[in-house]
Amino acid sequence: MTLVAALLGAVVILGSGAFLALELRDNARGVAGTVLGSAIGGPFTLVDQDGKTVTNTALEGKWLLVYFGYTHCPDACPTALNNIALALQDLGAKRDEVRPVFITIDPARDTSRVMKDYVTAFDAPILALTGPPAAIAEAAKNYRVYYAKHPEAGGDYSMDHTSLIYVMDPKGRFTASFTGEDLPEQMAERLKKLLS
Amino acid sequence: MRPVRQPLGKDVVKAIRTLIFVVGLVFATGAVSAQTGRLEVDNAWARATPGKSAIGAAYVTIRSPTADKLVAASSPIAKKAEMHTMSMEGMVMKMRPVAGIDLPAGQAVTLQPGGLHIMLVDLAKPLKAGQTFPLTLTFEKAGSKTVNVAVEKIGAMGPAAAPQH
Repeated sequence: MTLVAALLGAVVILGSGAFLALELRDNARGVAGTVLGSAIGGPFTLVDQDGKTVTNTALEGKWLLVYFGYTHCPDACPTALNNIALALQDLGAKRDEVRPVFITIDPARDTSRVMKDYVTAFDAPILALTGPPAAIAEAAKNYRVYYAKHPEAGGDYSMDHTSLIYVMDPKGRFTASFTGEDLPEQMAERLKKLLS
Repeated sequence: MRPVRQPLGKDVVKAIRTLIFVVGLVFATGAVSAQTGRLEVDNAWARATPGKSAIGAAYVTIRSPTADKLVAASSPIAKKAEMHTMSMEGMVMKMRPVAGIDLPAGQAVTLQPGGLHIMLVDLAKPLKAGQTFPLTLTFEKAGSKTVNVAVEKIGAMGPAAAPQH
């Protein structure tokens, strides 16, 4: 009897979670301000590409597109950052209300200097953040970002990492997310709705 | 009198023999051309690399008439070239080296962003959109082939000239 109850309970919870996620997906306000939304995002104190300290509160006031990745990443990270750049171009004048933020999960190799070189290749004003491993760990934990080293031959390593673009509203609240499957045009459409 | 079975006319026999010969010839040449049909490498392209990044990625489409395997890659522009695959497990992106890429007979295998790619490690110089560089691919059966790789813009999802899908 209890097993059945537990199973039913699980179905209800999963079902309503899925329903909620689908419902809010196209909602103009996204999940900002909801319990679901508050699970993602939080304080961080990191260092930008010019060596300046940047905290999450300093970034409030604009919409943020936050992506966690690393520069030794030949495929997913350039795709995500380039998609962000293309989506911002689609926004026209509204693009000034959105700030892309690239946070490294490989601070050992991605120093401010390296990050600065990296992001200048993309056609967007990307804020590139790095910092001591503990600070990066805190930021990643707050965004529920998983990352781990995967050693390769010759002492090299790649990083496994959660690959999502988080949309944070001007109050620093998680509102929506994009995956690598989302095309720039689709991202721009969603952003236009959120910005209006 | 019971009718005697007539032997097939000489002309008919000749016709059938010729037919068998011709059909056999067609099959024989078909089999031969499948054996000597060449492995093709098309649409070799790479993405421009950011800043001083020493890592790049190259993509190609390979079609082999017979089963084969891509076992190695190299280029003068990088210290080493390794085959990797990307996979998303849940929302986590993972990149793993692969020892080889199987090429089933007659099937086009396309390396593209988000999937298989040839990682170029320790680039001598950053890759710039518009340049080309040689890439040598070594196959288990077909030996080595060198292609010219066209560098596209950073974050490009495919080669400029090829049809997008």
